[in-house]
Amino acid sequence: MKVLWLQSGGCGGCTQSLLCSEPRSLFDELADAGIEFLWHPALSLESGGEALHILEECAAGRLAFDVLCVEGAMLRGPNGTGKFHLMAGSGRPLTEWVERLAGHARWVFAIGSCTAYGGFSANTPGNPLEACGLQYDEQTPGGLLGRDFVAAGGLPVVNIAGCPTHPGWVVETLEKLALEGLSATDLDEFGRPLFYAGELVHHGCARNEYYEFKASAEKPSDLGCLMENLGCKGTQAHADCNLRPWNGSGSCLRGGFACIACTEPGFESPGHAFQETPKVAGIPIGLPTDMPKAWFVALAALSKSATPKRVRDNAVVDHPLIRPAIRKKGGGK
Amino acid sequence: MTRLVLGPFNRVEGDLEVSLDLEAGRVQAAYVNSPLFRGFEQIMVGRAPLDALAIVPRICGICSVAQSAAAAEALAGAMGIRPTPNGQLARQLIQATENLADHLTHFYLFFMPDFARPAYVDRSWHGAVARRFTAVKGEAAAEVLPARAGFLKLMGFLAGRWPHTLAIQPGGSTRAITAGERIRLLALLREFRSFLEKRLFGDTLAAVSQLDSKAALLAWAAGRPADLPLFIEAARDLGLDKLGRAGDRFLSFGAYGLFPAGIWQAGQVKGLDPSAIVEDSASAWLLAGPPLHPAMGETIVAADKPDAYTWCKAPRYAGQSLEVGALARQMLAGHPLLRDLVQQDGASVMARVVARLLELAIVVPAMESWVQALQPGEPFCAQGALPDEGSGVGLVEAARGSLGHWLSIRRGRIERYQIIAPTTWNFSPRDAGGQPGPLEQALLGLPAGEGAPPTVQHVVRSFDPCMVCTVH
Repeated sequence: MKVLWLQSGGCGGCTQSLLCSEPRSLFDELADAGIEFLWHPALSLESGGEALHILEECAAGRLAFDVLCVEGAMLRGPNGTGKFHLMAGSGRPLTEWVERLAGHARWVFAIGSCTAYGGFSANTPGNPLEACGLQYDEQTPGGLLGRDFVAAGGLPVVNIAGCPTHPGWVVETLEKLALEGLSATDLDEFGRPLFYAGELVHHGCARNEYYEFKASAEKPSDLGCLMENLGCKGTQAHADCNLRPWNGSGSCLRGGFACIACTEPGFESPGHAFQETPKVAGIPIGLPTDMPKAWFVALAALSKSATPKRVRDNAVVDHPLIRPAIRKKGGGK
Repeated sequence: MTRLVLGPFNRVEGDLEVSLDLEAGRVQAAYVNSPLFRGFEQIMVGRAPLDALAIVPRICGICSVAQSAAAAEALAGAMGIRPTPNGQLARQLIQATENLADHLTHFYLFFMPDFARPAYVDRSWHGAVARRFTAVKGEAAAEVLPARAGFLKLMGFLAGRWPHTLAIQPGGSTRAITAGERIRLLALLREFRSFLEKRLFGDTLAAVSQLDSKAALLAWAAGRPADLPLFIEAARDLGLDKLGRAGDRFLSFGAYGLFPAGIWQAGQVKGLDPSAIVEDSASAWLLAGPPLHPAMGETIVAADKPDAYTWCKAPRYAGQSLEVGALARQMLAGHPLLRDLVQQDGASVMARVVARLLELAIVVPAMESWVQALQPGEPFCAQGALPDEGSGVGLVEAARGSLGHWLSIRRGRIERYQIIAPTTWNFSPRDAGGQPGPLEQALLGLPAGEGAPPTVQHVVRSFDPCMVCTVH
């Protein structure tokens, strides 16, 4: 399976993240699964004219390839010219290359939230970059390729959203495709693979005991739950970050900071400061997905009243002050 | 005179185009174009100041932590706080992890594959280089990716993940390391040290960091079965120890308390005066005006400006272009090997590459000592409050060199945010006075065009450019 990769209005972080794929070398793993890069801007030898030749052959339909992976937002500005990114050496807008190549790809993957939905590039007030995703403009279908775009393989753009993407999300989607294809039932309503978007970030969160008792962190580095005060959206964000660790053992929550829901369209403009939870009458506006508000309020009140001292005290410091009690066998058995 | 346009210039971070005016197969003039515009300085305006910590890492996927650290430092200045000792050590560890991982990525994945090109098939070293460094398929790639991923597990503990962490805060870090994790960090560092000593150097880190002259380097490298010695052999054969000189003026903002800040010029070290920095937009597709200090800087698009040829501004220090990066850091630090290389032949492809790898040998042992100095149980993050009005400056060293953030706050919101990234210095275009940037200078006189060896490729990549930062 041949993969052609392009980068545009993004940071390249999804490729840097992909190179962290474990446990094997990414290159060996993909090669043994029958996947090769026809060209990748950060990895391939071919430069300048050699690279343009490959791209032109693909765009003209003379050189077959399977997957077009695009990393970075599509910059249509200024004034629809695409001049905010003319691909080096070609003088043509990157958006034009993507449109031509998408017409010949069997599958089109948006790598990262910028490519899927626009991301931070689309976030300047008034969007002067005229940035968008491949098939979305934040939550609205459309984007560069249009809402009706379907690649030759029968699917619209597959949105491997995340800022950045976890290497496992990309490798797993490519390998599933190489093994047995992808179908609409593999994707959610925003085109994200259900392998990872079928979970919530909350699932497997190491701070779960604090969440259960609503024992909340108050300031950066506190051990408590980050939902009530520090902006955490893990109970609403679709991803498996706490089930599939990052860089060996990490996740945002394990790192001590809020999930900012970077797999969701429009995450870059939450309407409040990222590290603060907006509240009405002391109750967070963004409640856990699927949870009725009245239940949440009632449960939170009950939990708070039942919080063990250990959990309450440890929540507001950066290392546990009280250890879990050891229950000794009593004499009266 | 013929014009040659090279692009997409790949195996750099982001997109790059280089135009060369050629006369008799030699470069007479070079023009460096950063063809992508990002607009991050505008994204920040009007936001809550601490939002910068979530936004600036997304400027760059390869130096996201450096961006975080610069923002945290600028915010800490505005808040009037300093990181706790643990917080400072954690931040140094996070920054060093990224910087060293980037050096490794650059050498193995971005830089060395060019030596495996068929153009060099008749050189004595080509077989060995092609076996190890062929892009994607070489045996070194299969070894370095697991070593890099293993090293970046430090980030799993210290920063939650990489890239794009929110762990770095003005007062230190959100992630307190436990006593047990401290032991596991040391184990990860030992694993990485082992890779470097076996594969990259073929010697101990201590022995490498003590090399003190070009003669000592060449004697050390001769016949040594490891990756840096193999590069030295190829570089010497191709004359890359004498090619790629820019202005031999260097800037460092100082790093880790190990490498000092300053300017190196004409054999002299001078103290850093941040007020001498300006940005000039004469050759950028940005509204022209007098060069401005970044605390007063503007970034206003003028896409149809005649005679402009890039989205990159031209930073100048006291009117001069400066080179930044590992070589600049080591020149300021006075490392005898790098000083000797530059004094003999100027900043060269070989000197830049050696400086980067030397930092691996020097900084890994420092990281081990920082981990040992962590005090589990003591605070990792100082707390403070943001003023409604204020300003701050964050000057840090990314892998590729000096990174500055200048921030001002008004009515509790970001009023202005200006960034000068390392490659903005190195790949700057001509300023209003016609002075070219460092890469534009370094390419002069090199062979290029039909039938020329890929020398231009080596010189461009020797700077380890990060274009996505450049055009923030």
